[in-house]
Amino acid sequence: MAGNKGRGRAAYTFNIEAVGFSRGEKLPDVVLKPPPLFPDTDYKPVPLKAGEGEDYMLALKQELRETMKRMPYYIETPEEKQDIERYSKRYMKVYKEEWIPDWRRLPREMMPRKKCKKAGPKSEKAKDTSKGVSLTNTADVLKKIEELEKRGDGEKSDEENEEKEGGKEKSKEGDEEDDDDAAEQEEYDEEEQEEENDYINSYFEDGDDFGADSDDNMDEATY
Amino acid sequence: MTQAEIKLCSLLLQEHFGEIVEKIGVHLIRTGSQPLRVIAHDTGTSLDQVKKALCVLIQHNLVIYQVHKRGVVEYEAQCSRVLRMLRYPRYIYTAKTLYSDTGELIVEELLLNGKMTMSAVVKKVADRLTETMEDGKTMDYAEVSNTFMRLADTHFVQRCPWVPATENSDPGPLPPAPILVISEKDMYLVPKLSLIGKGKRRRSSDEDATGEPKAKRSKHSTDNKEPIPDDGIYWQANLDRFHQHFRDQAIVSAVANRMDQIFRSLPVGYNISKQVLDQYLTLLADDPLEFVGKSGDSGGGMYVINLHKALGSLATATLESVVQERFGSRCARIFRLVLQKKHLEQKQVEDFAMIPAKEAKDMLYKMLSGNFISLQEIPKTPDHAPSRTFYLYTVNILSAARMLLHRCYKSIANLIERRQFETKENKRLLEKSQRVEAIIASMQATGAEEAQLQEIEEMITAPERQQLETLKRNVNKLDASEIQVDETIFLLESYIESTMKRQ
Repeated sequence: MAGNKGRGRAAYTFNIEAVGFSRGEKLPDVVLKPPPLFPDTDYKPVPLKAGEGEDYMLALKQELRETMKRMPYYIETPEEKQDIERYSKRYMKVYKEEWIPDWRRLPREMMPRKKCKKAGPKSEKAKDTSKGVSLTNTADVLKKIEELEKRGDGEKSDEENEEKEGGKEKSKEGDEEDDDDAAEQEEYDEEEQEEENDYINSYFEDGDDFGADSDDNMDEATY
Repeated sequence: MTQAEIKLCSLLLQEHFGEIVEKIGVHLIRTGSQPLRVIAHDTGTSLDQVKKALCVLIQHNLVIYQVHKRGVVEYEAQCSRVLRMLRYPRYIYTAKTLYSDTGELIVEELLLNGKMTMSAVVKKVADRLTETMEDGKTMDYAEVSNTFMRLADTHFVQRCPWVPATENSDPGPLPPAPILVISEKDMYLVPKLSLIGKGKRRRSSDEDATGEPKAKRSKHSTDNKEPIPDDGIYWQANLDRFHQHFRDQAIVSAVANRMDQIFRSLPVGYNISKQVLDQYLTLLADDPLEFVGKSGDSGGGMYVINLHKALGSLATATLESVVQERFGSRCARIFRLVLQKKHLEQKQVEDFAMIPAKEAKDMLYKMLSGNFISLQEIPKTPDHAPSRTFYLYTVNILSAARMLLHRCYKSIANLIERRQFETKENKRLLEKSQRVEAIIASMQATGAEEAQLQEIEEMITAPERQQLETLKRNVNKLDASEIQVDETIFLLESYIESTMKRQ
């Protein structure tokens, strides 16, 4: 192509002076690694603002942090098994106030559904036991058996189930009942799948206090 | 959302609500709108946990839900709202300066709980204020209600969208989720309540040490069947209104600083007559900052505050300051020069700034690689040959502001991580010191001797005390830095938002 004067000789395609190097000058070393993680700075940072307002906000921030951890909105992770079960842990637990959301403002699927809890959201559905529901229950039991057989993709079959049911002509209540059972079954499946040890975890998980009258002694594991 | 923002949201959610809420929240921020089961499946979390996490997030206005076709409800996270959690101390402090302690606690309770009914807020705040008062004194509900109403009138608190009251007696099929409505005119309407009562002091028998009785009692109090007069009417803090206030504050103080320089050269005496006021306004209008503009002569002269320009000036000042502190004052001089002249060639920069060529080039490239300055190509010939193209240095304020904002998010994330690291490193020592303090407190309550207290205090050795001091100092510094970086974030975000609105 035109422009390759001097075969093999280095030639810039642009005016090197424009970038700031004079011809023939030694170019700076090629950088072969990423810049350092904590580079030295030439200038010390400006000191922080100090004043009444700033001090107050600082104290507020730290207080808020502590307060938030004690509020019911802070959901503790279930602790991993500790090396030694400490007896004192049972008595040093922080008792948190319960928080029950206003269910009227939330989607219906948000409400927790547990078969074992007698009081609570289930009672509203209990009054709706019509023939239609019992029929769907039987159909559901059959489906459950089917699914338990192919437990491999428990969740997938649940979703397939739901699509099938969505298509059928059913009352809304009936639909919900199925969703309910499917949800419970899913939970049940997951719980079973999570169980890798011989311990029978207490049926009531710690912190599952939504909408139920919880025993104050729930923290003790029930075997 | 950028990675930096997502990382910061993750840290904030985890600190305030724990890991489970963090997992769900971050997942939604990353993936957008999703239904319940998909969230559970994708995050590998049990349905129960996901529901709880979503309830918490919705309560705090961090996640909203929408009903789609076929009754599927989808949940969407509000990333920018999560970032506002950094600003909570500033909102609360502002409420304190405007409406004193009562206002401060009202806003604090609303922020801590996301949304509350007015009666719940009033009761809680009255109780808290009573705690701090002298023995025998209590805070009246009426006073707290008053302050609440003033906050509503000035729009610092607003009503949350509500469930519309349905008149039809025929229940019909229930929707999968309530559709919440909001109307402009009712947003600050305070319900007519006659809240009568006084704050209750918590008795000393139920300290945190014996937490159990307290938990039992609080359950019983929620069991009592008093009808809540404003049931279903929830309030939240109106963050936009606070932002407006911050913005006004920033502009006023910027102008005040400016005026200060002029004040000093004026005669002393504070009787501002009409003529002098006129002069000041003209000065302001002519000022290159262009905060105030003259928009006509009716009524002796109409002056208007140009908010966008004001925000732009504040953002620019921030950029200048950062360049100065990072690269030095000579760099800052070059930066201001390019800002002023809009476009400059390499040679012109050297000449105007009176800085030798080599140094000028070095500085320009440093700023260029930091993305404070950009290069504009103007080709002389249609083939864009580099030797025949003008390369002009220019400052694109919007993109520099965006870059700096992104950097701020990263900074805060680093600050938080470092703080958590420092705290974790010294966890054992911190726990020990807390235990010792608790022991001392209980001993003091039961009237222990000075010698015994001394003994307990000595459980913490001198080097350990030193370590604790250092830790406290570092954590304070990191916390204070977070607050101040958030101030910069506010300025930059306001400017960017104002610019985007005009486009």
